[in-house]
Amino acid sequence: MKRQNSLSDRRANITFKWEWLLVILIIGISIVNGRLSSHFWSYTGIMDALSVFLEKGFMVLPMALVLIIGDIDISVASIVALSSVLMAMSYKAGLSMVVAILVALATGAGCGYFNGLLISRIPGLSAIIVTLAGSSIYRGIAYILLGDQAIGGFPSWYSYLAWGYIGGTHIPFIIVMFVGCAIVYGLLLHRTAWGRKVYAMGINPVAARFSGVPVAKIKQIIFTLNGLMAGVAAVFLTSKLGSSRPNIATGYELEVIAIAVLGGVSPSGGKGGILGVCLSLILMRLLRYGMGLINVPGQVMMVIIGIVLVGVVMLPNIFGARRGRKRRLKEAQ
Amino acid sequence: MVGAEDKYILELQGISKFFPGLKALDQVNFNLRVGEIHAIVGENGAGKSTLIKIITGVHQPDEGDIFYEGNKVIFHNPTVANRYRISAVYQQPASFPHLTVTENIFLGHPIIHSATKRLMWKEMRQEAKRLLHSLGSDISPSATMNSLSVAQQQIVEIAKALSVNARVLIMDEPTASLTKRETEDLYNIARKLRNNGVSIILISHRFEDVYEIADRVTVLRDGKSVGTWKVSEITEHDLIKAMVGREINQLFPKSTVSLGKELLRVEGLSRVGYFSDISFSLRAGEIVGFSGLVGSGRTEVAQSIFGIAPADEGKIMIEGKEVSIKNPMEAISYGIGYLPEDRLEQGLFLPLSINDNVTISIIDQLTNKGWLNPPREYEISNKMLELLQIKAPGIFHPVSSLSGGNQQKVVVAKLLAAHPKILIMDEPTKGVDVGAKAAIHRIMSDLAAEGLGIIMISSEMPEILGMSDTIIVMHEGRITGVFSRFEATQEKLMEAAVEVNRSTPTPVIS
Repeated sequence: MKRQNSLSDRRANITFKWEWLLVILIIGISIVNGRLSSHFWSYTGIMDALSVFLEKGFMVLPMALVLIIGDIDISVASIVALSSVLMAMSYKAGLSMVVAILVALATGAGCGYFNGLLISRIPGLSAIIVTLAGSSIYRGIAYILLGDQAIGGFPSWYSYLAWGYIGGTHIPFIIVMFVGCAIVYGLLLHRTAWGRKVYAMGINPVAARFSGVPVAKIKQIIFTLNGLMAGVAAVFLTSKLGSSRPNIATGYELEVIAIAVLGGVSPSGGKGGILGVCLSLILMRLLRYGMGLINVPGQVMMVIIGIVLVGVVMLPNIFGARRGRKRRLKEAQ
Repeated sequence: MVGAEDKYILELQGISKFFPGLKALDQVNFNLRVGEIHAIVGENGAGKSTLIKIITGVHQPDEGDIFYEGNKVIFHNPTVANRYRISAVYQQPASFPHLTVTENIFLGHPIIHSATKRLMWKEMRQEAKRLLHSLGSDISPSATMNSLSVAQQQIVEIAKALSVNARVLIMDEPTASLTKRETEDLYNIARKLRNNGVSIILISHRFEDVYEIADRVTVLRDGKSVGTWKVSEITEHDLIKAMVGREINQLFPKSTVSLGKELLRVEGLSRVGYFSDISFSLRAGEIVGFSGLVGSGRTEVAQSIFGIAPADEGKIMIEGKEVSIKNPMEAISYGIGYLPEDRLEQGLFLPLSINDNVTISIIDQLTNKGWLNPPREYEISNKMLELLQIKAPGIFHPVSSLSGGNQQKVVVAKLLAAHPKILIMDEPTKGVDVGAKAAIHRIMSDLAAEGLGIIMISSEMPEILGMSDTIIVMHEGRITGVFSRFEATQEKLMEAAVEVNRSTPTPVIS
C-alpha cells in the first residue's frame, strides 16, 4: 500500500508546503543578512544570532498547543514577570538559587493551572477573558511585591544558563535546552495518543467530547504547561538580564502568538505543528538580526514584523483562492 | 386560466426542491385564500420547513411556479418575499434578545423623519404600543425581548408582521412551547387577524391547533402534497392516515433473533425540563425503537444514558449492576456507543482521515506504551472500511470528501471499533441515500444478531416499524406508548405521539 498516513503524518503533509515556505524565507533572509555582515555566515555568528531570544522559544512551544485546541493565552508575559520576581525575592530572602529556580517554575505552573481551572471548569469563561484578567493580575502582583525596584546579584553560575556554552564547545547551553524541549513537545504532540486528542479537540470539541476525549482535563493540562514554560522562560530571561523587575517580558505574549501563527498554527484550532513553529522562531530571529545590522529602529522593526506576519499568513490564502477560482472556472466550462 | 385563480393570494404549482441526495419537495401544490387559516401538517421530514422556506424566499424552487394574487412571482430572497408582505413567526422567535420590543418591531423599517433623517423613537414606541394593543397585549414597548416569555415574544413577532401590513402570515409551530392559556390567546389573535383579511399558514404538530382555528388543511408526506381538505370535512383518523399512509416499500431486514440477557435497564430516569419517569429495558439482540416527534425528549434520554447531560433522578443498570455515568468516557468504558443525530457537529472530525476518525475513541488502547502505533490503527480502520463497505479510496482519505452516507458509516465505524455492547443510534439514517440506508439497516440487524442491544431513535415510521422489536413512543418528555413489533401500526404510533395532549380523552386503542 502507498505509504500515506494518519493525522500526525498527514498533518505534516498539509504543513509540508507551509514549512517549505518558511525554509525558503529563512534562506532568503540569511542571504541578505550575509551580505550585510561578513560575520553572519560564521558558526559563532549564527549561534549567537539564534540564541539571543530563545527564551521566547520556550513559550512558543506550549502556546502552539493552546492555539491548536482553539484557545489563546495572553497572560504568559505576566506569568514570566511574576515568576521572575518571586524567584529573585526567594533568593534574596536566603533560599538557594536552585530552590529559587524551582519557585519560578512552580509559580508559572500555578498561574497556568489557575487559568486552566477557570477556563475548563467554569462555563461562560473563555480563555481570552480569563487570560486577559490573568495578564493584569499576575503582573499587578509582581508590581505590588517589587514596585520600581530591581533585584540582581545572583550567583555567577546562574548567568551560565543564558550565556554559557556546553563545556569546551561553542554550543550555547540555551540552544541545547530549547532543542530538548522542542523534541519533547514534538513527540508529545505528533507521536502520542494524547497529541491526537489535542488535534481532535481543536477541530471539533463537541465531537471530541462525544468520542470520549476528556476535553476539560486536556485543556487544564495544556494551560498548566503553558504557565510552566513561562516559568522556564522567566529563569532564562532573568539569567540573561542579570536582574529581575516587574516590567520584564512586556509584550512577549503577542510576539509569542505571532511566532506560533507564522509557524502555521491556526488560531481557530486544529492546525499546525512543532516543526513549523521552530522554523518560524528562526525566521523571526533572523529578520530581527538583519534589521539590527542595518540599524532599523525598534519601532520600525515592529511595523515590519507586523507586515511580515500578515503577509506570510495571507500568502497561501491568496494562492488557494486563485486555485479555487481556476478550478471553478474549469468546472463551469 | 390565471384570472380564475385570483381569489387566491398565494398559489404554488408543482413546486420541487432538490438537495444533494434528497428530494425535499416533489411537485407540491398549495394555495392560500384571502382571509383563511390554512394548516400544513405532516411527519418530520415531510417537507413542511422546506415549503415555508420557499414561500419566504430563503430557498428557490428547482421546479414549479409561485403566483401572488394571480401573477407569477419569483422570490429571489427573503427581502423580495417581504416586499410582497409575507411574514413568518417561528416557534423560537428569531428576535434580538438584547433589543427592546420597539426596536425589534421596527428593525429594518424604522420610522424616519423625512427632513432630518432622525429616528423617531417616540412615534415608533407609540405605534408599537398601538399594534400590541390591537393584539390584546399590554407588553411594554421599551421592555427588552429577553425579559419576555416565549408567548409574549411571539406576540411581538406578530406585531412586527402587522407593522409591515403583512398579508400572508406564516406561523411555524406557534403553540409548541405555550401554556394552555397562552395558546387560547394566540388562537384569538389568529382569528382576529383572519377576520381582518390576513391569510395565515399554520404549521403544527398539534391536531388541536388544526381543528381549533384552521379552515383548510394540506397534508404533506415524503415531500409530496397528499391533498387539501376543509377541516370540517376530514376526521382526525383520516388525517393521520393521510400523514402516514405510505406503503412500507423499503425492505427493513431486522431478522428475528432470540433475545438474550438484559443488557440495560433504566428506571424512573428524569431530567427536569427535558424528560421524566423514563423506564425501559434492553436485551441482547434486541432493537428498541424510540418514536415520537422532534422535541419529545428522545435524544435527551439517550444523551443522559451516554453521560453527556446526566439525569437528575433514576437508575441506570448495565447487566444488572447499577452504574453512575457522568461523562461519555465512562459510558464508553461501560460498553455504550452513541451515534449522534448531528454527525457533522457531534460525530466527525472532517479534515481528519477516516483512520483518525475511526480510532479516536480507542486511541489509548492502540498505543504502544503511550506512543502511537500506526500499523495497529490501520489494521482496525481497514477492517472497518471493509466491514461497513465505506466507499473511499483508502483509510487516509479525509472524511470531508465522503458522501453523507459514507460519513455516517465512518461514525458507525468509530462506535464499532470500541466494541460496544449497547448501541444508541439517534436517527441513524437521517439524510443518507437509499443505498446507504439499506446498508446501515443491514449492519444494525447483523449487530443485533451478534448479541448487541440497540436503542434506535427514529422519526421515520417505516424505519421504526421495520427495525424495532419493541417500540417506545415519547411525547413531551414522557413515555406515552409501548408496543411490541407485532401490535404496532403507524396509526397507533402517531396517535400516541400527538394525541396525548388533546383536551378530549385519547381513544382506547384495541
